[in-house]
Amino acid sequence: MSGENAIQPQPVRRGIVGLFLGGGLLATFASFVYPVLRYFVPPPVADLGLDEVVAAKVGELKPNSSTIFRFGSKPGLLILDADGQTYHALSASCTHLGCTVQYKGDAKEIWCPCHNGVYNLNGANVSGPPPRPLQKFSVHVRGDQVFVSRNSEG
Amino acid sequence: MFETIYKWLDERLGLDGLLAPFKHKTVPKHKLSYWYFFGGITLFLFLIQVLTGILLLLYYKPGASEAFESVQYIVTRVQFGWLIRSIHSWSANLMIFTAFAHMFSVLFLKAYRKPRELTWVTGMLLLFLVMGFGFSGYLLPWNQLAFFATTVGTQMAGEVPLIGHPILIFLRGGPEVTGATLTRFFGFHVAVLPGLVFVLIAIHLFFVQRQGMSVPPKLEKEWTENPSLRKEMKFFPNFALREMMAWYVAIGALGVLAALFPWDLGVKADPFGAAAAGIKPEWYFLFMYQTLKLIPAHVWIIDGEVLGILGCGVAGLFWTLLPFFGSDRQGRTRSWMTGLGIFVLVYVIVFTVYGYVAK
Amino acid sequence: MSRNNLQRFRRTAFGGILLLAACLSFAQAPNTCLDCHSALPEPLGVTQDKFAQDIHAQKGLTCASCHGGDPTSMDMTVAMSKAKGWKGKIDRKQVPALCGSCHSDPNFMKQYNPSLRTDQLTEYHTSMHGKQLAAGNTKVAVCTDCHSVHDIRPPSDMHSTVYPLNVAKTCSKCHADADYMKQFGIPTNQYANYTTSVHYEALTKGGDLSAPTCVTCHGNHGATPPGVDKVQNVCATCHVFQAQMYGKSTHFKVFQDKGLPGCVVCHTNHAIHPPSDVMLSTGTGGVCMTCHKPGDRCDVARGNILGSLTKLDQTIGSAEQILHLAESSGMEVSSALLAQDQARDALTKARVTIHTFQPGLVDSDIQTGMKIANANYKAGQDAMVERNHRRIGLGICLIAIAFAMFGLWLLIKKIEA
Repeated sequence: MSGENAIQPQPVRRGIVGLFLGGGLLATFASFVYPVLRYFVPPPVADLGLDEVVAAKVGELKPNSSTIFRFGSKPGLLILDADGQTYHALSASCTHLGCTVQYKGDAKEIWCPCHNGVYNLNGANVSGPPPRPLQKFSVHVRGDQVFVSRNSEG
Repeated sequence: MFETIYKWLDERLGLDGLLAPFKHKTVPKHKLSYWYFFGGITLFLFLIQVLTGILLLLYYKPGASEAFESVQYIVTRVQFGWLIRSIHSWSANLMIFTAFAHMFSVLFLKAYRKPRELTWVTGMLLLFLVMGFGFSGYLLPWNQLAFFATTVGTQMAGEVPLIGHPILIFLRGGPEVTGATLTRFFGFHVAVLPGLVFVLIAIHLFFVQRQGMSVPPKLEKEWTENPSLRKEMKFFPNFALREMMAWYVAIGALGVLAALFPWDLGVKADPFGAAAAGIKPEWYFLFMYQTLKLIPAHVWIIDGEVLGILGCGVAGLFWTLLPFFGSDRQGRTRSWMTGLGIFVLVYVIVFTVYGYVAK
Repeated sequence: MSRNNLQRFRRTAFGGILLLAACLSFAQAPNTCLDCHSALPEPLGVTQDKFAQDIHAQKGLTCASCHGGDPTSMDMTVAMSKAKGWKGKIDRKQVPALCGSCHSDPNFMKQYNPSLRTDQLTEYHTSMHGKQLAAGNTKVAVCTDCHSVHDIRPPSDMHSTVYPLNVAKTCSKCHADADYMKQFGIPTNQYANYTTSVHYEALTKGGDLSAPTCVTCHGNHGATPPGVDKVQNVCATCHVFQAQMYGKSTHFKVFQDKGLPGCVVCHTNHAIHPPSDVMLSTGTGGVCMTCHKPGDRCDVARGNILGSLTKLDQTIGSAEQILHLAESSGMEVSSALLAQDQARDALTKARVTIHTFQPGLVDSDIQTGMKIANANYKAGQDAMVERNHRRIGLGICLIAIAFAMFGLWLLIKKIEA
């Protein structure tokens, strides 16, 4: 810097520069750091990969009832037996024309309302138009979560 | 407070001595000084890539059955995952653009002349590595576009005579593009290429620091004859502050692009599905791709595509060794290089646009 | 070798050969017929290979089981003597009775396959083929025409002429032959039509062996076309809901009174194509206007039904589009995408409800679907709005950057003053 002619309002200038610069630097730094910090926090829905999902929490289902859960891009059916202990999980897409099937607690069978197809709890197509059984999944209870997984080759 | 820390370190490490050269570093001031920013911006964008890349690594899963879904997970479930991912994709493209701009600006400002030939060579190597980053990273989301673009790209590499097939096997991890290719590209992208690039950047920057900034020949002549005309600014803090402004512009641009034009997920790759019509490589390969398409199937007895690929290889080699083709004589030598440079620049732009609009 | 040893060797060898011959002859029932007949040309020729495929041969029966005679004798006059019960070539008129002599006897069949039915002959007598045969016409099918002869395989065997995939081809051997069928005065395009049908596709491409083939609707041994007034009973065995709704609708009584064949009126019998909303239109492919007049109240009802179906289909389509757009720009819309399935289910259900021919009932199914599809569309819109909210965050960030840049500029100005 040249000259001693610096009997200018330095403090004020310094103040304005400091305000914009300091404030700006701080604000930009915060706006970069904030998303990164949020990014580090793992989301509540864990990425279990293609082959496993959490279908429900223990206690969510009443005995002899069912619920639909999402498995990838297709619906799945989770059934809790009347004994309150045994779970069944199957694909909920009817093998006939893809309608979503339902569990009928009174008859203990799986029914498709579109064309009256019926499957048993193993997924086998027992009556009506469905040509193939429903795909069966494995169920594991870990802690208070009900995990449904399917076997597939990489 | 910073002064206290500085004094404490200086007593132990002799910081003053280390930092002295930097305190004296200057940057020439002239009409074309703005082009000096491009190297720094490219470096900055690379650092952004490293940072966002590391963040993506926390959630990305390499493997044909998981890659696409993990990117989907990052983008839809992870907080600000969309931002990190889109910045990474946009910054990649911007970096390649600024790298090319940096290369062309060095060419036209004739900064490659003696004694800076090696800086040019390391820079060209860096350019090739950066394009390798682009090629390997593009496959990682494992969508249809990427899958087929990789198939086409590695196919072309395989057309090189003699060594082409081993190169293709090496790149693909097998005869076809499969999950093995994905794993391999992931390894290249996060380990091999970063390692090579870090070393080359260190060398490249060391050369620049050691030799200082170059000045265009005419100006150099003027300033040698009349030293009082020489105008310079200090690197610290003057140029550095300006560079910081440029970096802020870059990050602002990235934010705008990420928020307004988020990067697409695409459709998950299906190796057995048909390739969509009109699969094209990314824009930075388009000029080569379009050139290859225009070469006739057979030129004399040589297969057209092979000729094209060999031609690209020879052109690349020539361009890397460019500084060694000129003599120290001023005048005529310089103008043919300038002419060639303009031709290449126009060719690259025209063929990129052509490749973009062609069916 | 010493004399004693030689004698011992000869005796052992002779005994061994006798034993071997005995074993060989016990391996299968002696069937000397094939020794000559395998070398004869058609129609007397039956090779060992061919007969080995026959289920009867595998169960231990021989030529004599049907043709009589003595299969153990190498002497032709003995083997084919009337005294030994030889029948020679079985006359066509006698074939059903011959087959039935075993196959209608439950006690006899029990020893071979207890779960086989034994009413085939009884059924056959009720069929068109059986009745014609009884009236003296031998140009109709008897057992061997469908089941083949000398290489009869069980229906579960893929190569059997009566395996589900092969049945239609077997029937078409006569029923698609215009010259052969001339005296009967019935059409011969059934097979050609059937191969264009959705049932044929389900059977051959879909691999669904329970999909209907000729015998499913016409019966196999008792093959007779169902009566014109019984058509929907046949279809109803699988298409339960549609048949129930149709049975309660206005069309049922009208078709019955006019002697029209129920489901076949709109869906045809053999060339049954996958139904589509086009059937409700007034152009090509539309079925309603074959009877109804433009402008009458049925035409209006038709228009209403078609309109609601189209509306739901389009709403589902737009929801799908916007949801995919939101998803590919990074918004989380998986539950809305899943709910799309429910909307599609409602559309499928509505298309079944058409068979009540009441627009009100169809509409209530449509409304269920519309609610879901509209909700999904809104979810997609909300996601896009949320995406745009990112611009607010961006705006704040850009302001901060502008501040910082201004500060930098001021600093530069200051130190260079």
